[in-house]
Amino acid sequence: MKKTLKLSLVMLLAFTMILAGCGNNKPANNSGSSTEGGSTEASSGDNTASTKSNAKIGLVTDIGGVNDKSFNQSAWEALEALNSESGIEHKYLQSGSSADYIPNLNQFVQGGYDLTWAIGFDLGDATKQVADANPNAKLAIIDSVVDAPNVQSVTFAENEGSFLVGVVAGLTTKTNKIGFIGGAESPVIKRFEVGFIAGVKAANPDATVTPTYAGAYDKPDIGKSLASQLYDSGADIIFPAAGQTGNGVFNEATARNKAGGATKVWVIGVDKDQSLEFGDEVTLTSMMKRVDVAVKTITQEVIDGKFEGGKITTLTLKDDGVGLPETSKANLSQEVLDKVEEYKQKIISGEITVPAE
Amino acid sequence: MSASTPVVELKQITKRFPGIVANDSISLTLHKGEIHALLGENGAGKSTLMNILFGLYQPDEGSIEIGGKPVKIDNPNKAIKLGIGMVHQHFKLVQPFTVTENIILGMEPKKGVNIDYKSASAQVAKLSEQYGLRVNPDDKIQDISVGMQQRVEIMKTLFRGADILIFDEPTAVLTPQEIEELMAIMRRLVAEGKSIILITHKLKEIMEISDRVTIIRRGKVIDTVDTDKTNPNELAEKMVGRSVSFEIDKTEPNIGPAILQLNDVKMTSKDGVALLNGLNLEVKAGEIVGIAGVDGNGQTELIEAITGLRKIDSGSIKAGGKEIANLSARKIAESGVGHIPEDRHKHGLVLDFSVSENLVLKTYYQAPYSKGSFLNRNAIDEHAQELVGKYDVRTPGIETKVRSMSGGNQQKAIIAREIEMNPELLIAAQPTRGLDVGAIESVHRQLIEQRDMGKAVLLVSFELQEIMNVSDRIAVIFEGRIVGEVLPQNTNDQELGLMMAGCWDQGGQPVE
Amino acid sequence: MNKWRKIFLSDNIIVPLVAILLGLLVGAAVMLIGGYNPIDAYRFLIKRVVGTPYDFGETIRQITPLIFTGLSVAFAFRSGLFNIGADGQVLIGMTASTAVALSWSGLPSWLLVPLSVIAGGLAGGLWASIAGYLKAKRGINEVITTIMLNWTALYFSNYVIRHFYLLKGQNRSEDIGASATMTFLGSTFSNARVHWGTVIALLAAVFFFVYLWKTKQGYEMRAVGLNSKAAEYAGMNVGTNVVKAMFISGVFAGLAGTFEVIGVFHYQSVFAASPGYGFDGIAVALLGMNHPFGVVLSAILYGVLTYGSAGMSFGAGVPPELIKIVIGSIIFFIAAQGIVRFVLKPFYLKRKKEKVM
Repeated sequence: MKKTLKLSLVMLLAFTMILAGCGNNKPANNSGSSTEGGSTEASSGDNTASTKSNAKIGLVTDIGGVNDKSFNQSAWEALEALNSESGIEHKYLQSGSSADYIPNLNQFVQGGYDLTWAIGFDLGDATKQVADANPNAKLAIIDSVVDAPNVQSVTFAENEGSFLVGVVAGLTTKTNKIGFIGGAESPVIKRFEVGFIAGVKAANPDATVTPTYAGAYDKPDIGKSLASQLYDSGADIIFPAAGQTGNGVFNEATARNKAGGATKVWVIGVDKDQSLEFGDEVTLTSMMKRVDVAVKTITQEVIDGKFEGGKITTLTLKDDGVGLPETSKANLSQEVLDKVEEYKQKIISGEITVPAE
Repeated sequence: MSASTPVVELKQITKRFPGIVANDSISLTLHKGEIHALLGENGAGKSTLMNILFGLYQPDEGSIEIGGKPVKIDNPNKAIKLGIGMVHQHFKLVQPFTVTENIILGMEPKKGVNIDYKSASAQVAKLSEQYGLRVNPDDKIQDISVGMQQRVEIMKTLFRGADILIFDEPTAVLTPQEIEELMAIMRRLVAEGKSIILITHKLKEIMEISDRVTIIRRGKVIDTVDTDKTNPNELAEKMVGRSVSFEIDKTEPNIGPAILQLNDVKMTSKDGVALLNGLNLEVKAGEIVGIAGVDGNGQTELIEAITGLRKIDSGSIKAGGKEIANLSARKIAESGVGHIPEDRHKHGLVLDFSVSENLVLKTYYQAPYSKGSFLNRNAIDEHAQELVGKYDVRTPGIETKVRSMSGGNQQKAIIAREIEMNPELLIAAQPTRGLDVGAIESVHRQLIEQRDMGKAVLLVSFELQEIMNVSDRIAVIFEGRIVGEVLPQNTNDQELGLMMAGCWDQGGQPVE
Repeated sequence: MNKWRKIFLSDNIIVPLVAILLGLLVGAAVMLIGGYNPIDAYRFLIKRVVGTPYDFGETIRQITPLIFTGLSVAFAFRSGLFNIGADGQVLIGMTASTAVALSWSGLPSWLLVPLSVIAGGLAGGLWASIAGYLKAKRGINEVITTIMLNWTALYFSNYVIRHFYLLKGQNRSEDIGASATMTFLGSTFSNARVHWGTVIALLAAVFFFVYLWKTKQGYEMRAVGLNSKAAEYAGMNVGTNVVKAMFISGVFAGLAGTFEVIGVFHYQSVFAASPGYGFDGIAVALLGMNHPFGVVLSAILYGVLTYGSAGMSFGAGVPPELIKIVIGSIIFFIAAQGIVRFVLKPFYLKRKKEKVM
């Protein structure tokens, strides 16, 4: 039994070698270029800019990838910024499915990276397993709490930030109908939903919020069709908390406004200041989740040798970990902004407790 | 026939395929207004030659002249431009389209950007009248008979201005009446100045309609003769390369007890049409009963009822005294009913199975071909080896897929399989359809052999000649009932034809 | 010896190999245009697959479900059925295994593991049989029913996990006990998630071959698949065969799900969207020409490319989007064999001419 197994493994190996042969020989003959070097030029950025630090930082995205215009991108941009500031070496791996989380984390951990970022709630289990198996490695995770001495966890009070954009929505809506589109039903997205609804109700008890779920974070087409339904049913503001799926909502809203419908429709951005991406005409405001700040802070700690494993950070309104971007001024009256500020202070002072589930 | 320049002249055409010379310096001339038959067995090289003329193949050697001018035909569009049209054996029609739409497909008359259906339809109607085709331009293809569809194919070539028409086995799919009508159409076409090349292996048609015959065997021209100076026997001999007997040697039948008895069998279609309408029939041991009738009068349903492929509503079917009505196909086969099916590709064979696998299609689950749940390859292969030899199935090997075998050999394989099961009743439906003279002869011999061994044989065929020659007794089917029985020695084509048309009480005297 | 030579020079071997080569070449061209070094990329692809025991183990893990779903689709195809529903059957298999493993977690391992495996296979098979039954009895096209059942399976599985086995605060089931897992050789592969399912997948391929080509029932199924009319004429029960074929096809798919749970994850996630195992299975079956051993080889290829692609990203910095193009072009060339044959035509002609002489 063991023998045959070994044999079959050898055959597997041989097969992959043949593949390797096919791959390597042909192009080599054609281009004649060397197989060494040039491997880091692509994503590891420019190493010559600054030599303040030579820390190696890895980042594993969830299925969304670094161009999701949302929190994966936000995290990656933080590392890009650090790279240009202090010349750290940085790389990312995108996960094609949930089975990829562990091998992708391992790729960095076993490659001797100084810190490995896991971006997203879904990576919690994988991060825990990899951290336990490699007690000397340093890891950090966004949106999930991992109980391990070598992992820093960062979560956000999305309910508080969502409450504030809920207030904005409640005060802005003309139809008293507001939509919410979640990526998938998970504890994190639930925090967005209940916080948002609480905010709307607090500012405008007559308004109703219709929550829907797209079932995916990477399906702009579903986002677009859900948005179309919500707008058709009279909603004039939609708050999507669904990663790339939300891009479809922006697309639908922009199209409707261009077509010049009876009521102007709005989208509330999520995670980043999405007005920068989709424009002020359609982005009412954004529920910023400062993933970039968290990533930057903790990465800097690693660079400075001050990494605190096992620490759990929850970034709230008080820490400016969540909140509205400056650009909201473009669309919001001072009156509304004052109201938002008022609620913000109430939350920070503890006068209002925003529900989380 | 004019003596001037021939409209088509093929000179020393040679075409080689890997391992075979399909056409070996073939020459052929077609004169204006002539019907020139191209006769040969399956695989003799007729189709290759016509595909060269139609631009589908390029000859390796030789030249083609159209109207005295040498031409190079490298694609069918060029052939069409030169006035050559081909009526394919398998129609190339779009079923849900109308006749007009099919005819104009690819060269639609335009009125601005719209298709001008009105003028197209008028043109089609005019063509139809000119050549006596009697096609309604607005019928949909799926609603018209096979014969009518063939006329649409003919009109397609005429609409494209063809002067030279190639007919590839045009009668293979037609009923006797439709064949008659086609003959009339062909005569009309030549009368209007067209020239026709007719590919066929049916001697009767050649004798009836052609002016000259070119016989091809194994890629070579054997002879070109004037039809009125030859006879079927001579043609057959030239085609096959040996003398062929049309007279089937039959001894007097030695009739035994009834094997198959159908009593008041009724079957209706889903939409309530009576398919079998109280059918009674008896076939005795040691006799061949032929079912004559026009296609669509219940022949297919009769066979499906007997073999268990379709349920009957009422009545009784007995085989060997045992009631078999509505039993499963397998039970019926096991009770001694063999069946050579009407459509060998659709029913008789799994084309992508090997010869040996096809030869056990009905017995694979029995010993020795299976042991427990497993197949016994050795036994299956031995069986195949034996049958291939015994029934002269020509194949490169028993592992060859039957798809790559010729029609005649496919049929031989089916017959071998069915006869080898040693059934008391053998049902043969259209057993010689599409086969050449040599193969037909061998099929007929085998049916008679079975009968001489004391088996009951039920033969269903649209070939009247076959029914007349092979049967000991003829039952005529019309609208789902047997409307009369005659003995072949006491009847003739005309009487049978009338009975098949449902006018039996005027013409013939029923036996019973 | 001559026989072997003939086999290796036959179309069935040469054409896929040339297709892979062409695919790699096109992929290389795309990478060159994109400014990446294809030789490096392929080198890192292979390195990622065979570089460390861990990665090699993970590659095997990646390949295993592909073999199962590939076999599933191929088996149905051999019986004249197009099973697009392998994805749903995978989910149902997962759910049944999870349910058994969590509900009877007290049972000893030697009983619980087989029970869980049988439950997964059986559930997948029965789920697929629904489509088989509808086809046999009602003549409903299995393509439509299996697609629809994919959605039913997705929501049904999520419902079961959410309502009976949810781990609180998470988007997944509770962990199944160690007694229900079937990892093996973990230490050889540095804790890669290798499990017995791989062995069973290979056995399944052997079963597929023996069943279809050596048994009475397999003979019937092939006859039905190639020409159902002739099978009916020969006295075979077409309907029964359709249901049976769908059942077996579903068992293969169900087992894929089983081993993902008890071999890889040790829990079941609530899936936001279809996990895609079944659709990969269609590609694998096509590449493997619907032959069980071909499926094993193509699953290896597909798995190597999928798992190794992260190496291209990690080592040569090729972005994930470009990697998808590379993998896509390899699969394209294998699927579009006509193109390959066209490329090979001059060689074939030469060979034939030699033969004639």
